[in-house]
Amino acid sequence: MSIGLIGRKVGMTQVFAEDGTMVPVSVLTVEPNTVTEIRTTERDGYVAVQLGAGTARRLTKPRLGQLGDLPRVKDVREFRLEDAGEYEVGQTLDVSLFSAGDEVDVTGVTKGKGFQGTIKRWGMRRGPETHGSDSHRQPGSIGAGTDPGRVMKGQKMSGHMGDVRRTIKRLTVVRTDPERNLLLIRGSVPGARNALLLVRKA
Amino acid sequence: MTLYFAVVWACGPGLPAVSDLQARVSTPVTVLDDVIADQIRTDLPQLASGDTVRVFARVVEGNRERIQVFEGTVMRLRGGGIQRSITVRSIRSGVGVERTFKVNSPRIEKIEVVRHGVARRAQLYFLRKRVGKAATLRERRA
Repeated sequence: MSIGLIGRKVGMTQVFAEDGTMVPVSVLTVEPNTVTEIRTTERDGYVAVQLGAGTARRLTKPRLGQLGDLPRVKDVREFRLEDAGEYEVGQTLDVSLFSAGDEVDVTGVTKGKGFQGTIKRWGMRRGPETHGSDSHRQPGSIGAGTDPGRVMKGQKMSGHMGDVRRTIKRLTVVRTDPERNLLLIRGSVPGARNALLLVRKA
Repeated sequence: MTLYFAVVWACGPGLPAVSDLQARVSTPVTVLDDVIADQIRTDLPQLASGDTVRVFARVVEGNRERIQVFEGTVMRLRGGGIQRSITVRSIRSGVGVERTFKVNSPRIEKIEVVRHGVARRAQLYFLRKRVGKAATLRERRA
């Protein structure tokens, strides 16, 4: 695992690359993150850096106590590392952690799609729409007959789709903008606008 | 973004098309506009459907670059902001050729308006069915 930053999704647009090709990009705002805690093997059993981002209007008393003089951060996430020696509590990390061309993994919660059928949820094929067919969007067979006499575990069926944590690996950083705290990443990232995202070095 | 507009207005000749401005006004003021603001070109003439234009596009051949000129009628304008594109139609050695250019692309050296044509619709697809003189448009009078 490696260090990353907490950011938020702004939306998508396109930019021109130097050779004139258009590149689809996701725009993320990454306000400077504060290191709020260092996890160590001796005390916590694992090594990680805890980062905080945003400004909270209200905080729980335990969090207030932990932060002390540090900024009142809203979102706190941990990044597990091999060695956290170069980080210390109170330090700030910003977009300049990345540079154009870097590969990153982006983690976030995908858009919730509600209760969906098997076609949208699993990409199954639909039945005929006409010629007397009633099985337009039916799931079809869910298994064999008397033997095994049950439905196998993990059978793909309709149900709730989306609103799950997903990581998109090895996306390319197109541009960083330390002045406006922006990060442009090629391709799409999980979640709706304003969704919390973790950007980690791949 | 307000500031950006002020700059655009002050440019005088070389203003983006009125429809360009409208397309930008209708979008909410967001960070996304700022991200692309520096890539939107303000040095291009006002373009409209029916205009005859000369597009100077940079083309890479092997390992050298040259400028290719394509002249024809603007058949349609498409998209807003950085995605804005034009489709230019012309007859090349008896064959109808249509090329689409991303107007804001850095690969476009410049665009010249040769002639303003009268177009009563936004998309001039009817030109595809016309040959010879029938495919020409009346010149717009100033």
